[in-house]
Amino acid sequence: MTVIEAHGLRKTFGATIALDGVDLRVEEGRIVGLIGLNGAGKSTALNAILGLTPYQGELKVLGRDPWSERDQLMRDVSFIADVAVLPRWLRVSQALDYVAGVHPRFDRAKAESFLAKTAIGRASKVGELSKGMVVQLHLALVMAIDAKLLVLDEPTLGLDILYRKQFYDSLLNDYYDSSRTIVVTTHQVEELQHILTDLMFIHRGRIIFGCSMEEFEARYLEVMVHPERIAAARALKPIHERQVLGRSILLFDHADRRQLAALGDVRTPGIADLFLAVIGNEAGETQGVAR
Amino acid sequence: MNTQSNAMPESTLNAQGVAPALAATRPLYWSIRRELWENRSIYIAPLTIASLFLVGFLISTIQQMPKMRAALADPMNQRGAIHMPYDVAAFVLLLTAFFTGAFYCLDALYGERRDRSVLFWKSLPVSDLTTVLAKAGIPLVVLPLVTFAIIVATQFVLFLFSTAIALGNGLSAATLWAQLPLWKMWLSLLCALVASALWYAPIYGWLLLVSSYARRATFLWAVLPLFAICVVEKIAFNTLYFANLLKFRLIGWYTQAFVPLVPGGVPPADPLTQITPWRFLSTPELWIGLIVAAAFIAATVRLRHYREPI
Repeated sequence: MTVIEAHGLRKTFGATIALDGVDLRVEEGRIVGLIGLNGAGKSTALNAILGLTPYQGELKVLGRDPWSERDQLMRDVSFIADVAVLPRWLRVSQALDYVAGVHPRFDRAKAESFLAKTAIGRASKVGELSKGMVVQLHLALVMAIDAKLLVLDEPTLGLDILYRKQFYDSLLNDYYDSSRTIVVTTHQVEELQHILTDLMFIHRGRIIFGCSMEEFEARYLEVMVHPERIAAARALKPIHERQVLGRSILLFDHADRRQLAALGDVRTPGIADLFLAVIGNEAGETQGVAR
Repeated sequence: MNTQSNAMPESTLNAQGVAPALAATRPLYWSIRRELWENRSIYIAPLTIASLFLVGFLISTIQQMPKMRAALADPMNQRGAIHMPYDVAAFVLLLTAFFTGAFYCLDALYGERRDRSVLFWKSLPVSDLTTVLAKAGIPLVVLPLVTFAIIVATQFVLFLFSTAIALGNGLSAATLWAQLPLWKMWLSLLCALVASALWYAPIYGWLLLVSSYARRATFLWAVLPLFAICVVEKIAFNTLYFANLLKFRLIGWYTQAFVPLVPGGVPPADPLTQITPWRFLSTPELWIGLIVAAAFIAATVRLRHYREPI
């Protein structure tokens, strides 16, 4: 089943083009990382998917038009936004009461059991909790909702490494299964590398790259090349080259692992390195066209 | 505490169509409760004013006992003197309700955008229509009910006070009670609350619209355009139609739904004779106001759909 399907999604703010014809397709059971620079259109794309912002083009989420059917859609979609959006005056018990009151798929007992593992008191107000606790509370509410799609927009921004690790651990262990789909944007890309099933790069309002993680691991290899073999390595047409501590690291697409092993240490690249390579090449092509 | 949700098993809720009406009102019910959690001033403000009034009344009665005794002895002034604190209490609390409602409306859709909590509320299956109706329901339904309960309680405490004072001063409690037809006064009060809520609906609608539109300074957005129209009209045409329209919007429910009491006049023995429901219901401004209020609320629903966090 296709969870999200977009064709030619466009959104402008005055003269700024936030989304410039986005085409994307997300299937059920995937964990998709949407990676992009600040202002690349990540949040705008997610807002369109959540029915928070109007757009041009075609977009269907779980078969519905998010802009006109947000309230019905939200029975099957959960969302944690880039900053803590729980209001400061809300008490933990009130948050549970309210979500239980309005959401037909909320399992209060489940939320209570998640909260029991934390230090969050029922009578506390959100404003009295630490940033990490607010995210734990929001996660407890969201994980107790039997949703088909979970959208996370920088969910761990500003959290220390312990909370970040706990966040993704509980998400994978206690929430995710093959009937659920998760779309996540984050700047801490490396922490997501082992969680994601799919990868999408967004740049200047367009999806410029997309592949599954299996494909990513099969296709891309990174080699720290011995200085004396640099010319041989370059002859194999790396898609990107960078210098770290005086050594050259070359990134290859569809290269032969054994051939590369002769040139230096071979490993799977980080998502961030591939991202930089892809947008670097994109910028080069654009400049080439401009000339 | 959470009896509502415990009383209804999940299975009946998931089975859509079994209780669609119930399922439709549940988000509204919880949205209204949510407003009461956030805006405790809805009941704290009138309760504070009522308590202050009662304390003030007690002090002034003790201080001005001889004057009061003289007023009560005069049959001409007796009823006026007895009724005065009851009417003042009701008036002060009606005014409190109006201001509480007005300031509530100004913040209702602005605050959630400012603290970005709108993203949380919108992540739940509650429509913009339900949200705005819950917010409009606060000044139009909840505040009048709260105000009614608090005025009735205040007047009842006044009634106990004045009975005790009358007995303590050798006055007849029966005379006092004969002048205070409490049930009728409360029925009349209920009429006043219904009339004022309907009459003020376009004001609350306007304030909700401003709060869903403005990016800052909601109070100025609410007041300055109206003031500007008055000034421009006065300068351009030397007329005051708009200013009079606003004035009528503020006081009209009283002048149309009741026989206005002349200043210094004595209230009639039966307060129900003062109510003029047919005149109120046949005032075109009532219906025009309700249509305008509906338009403002419809526009607010639409703006809540479009507006993003500030």
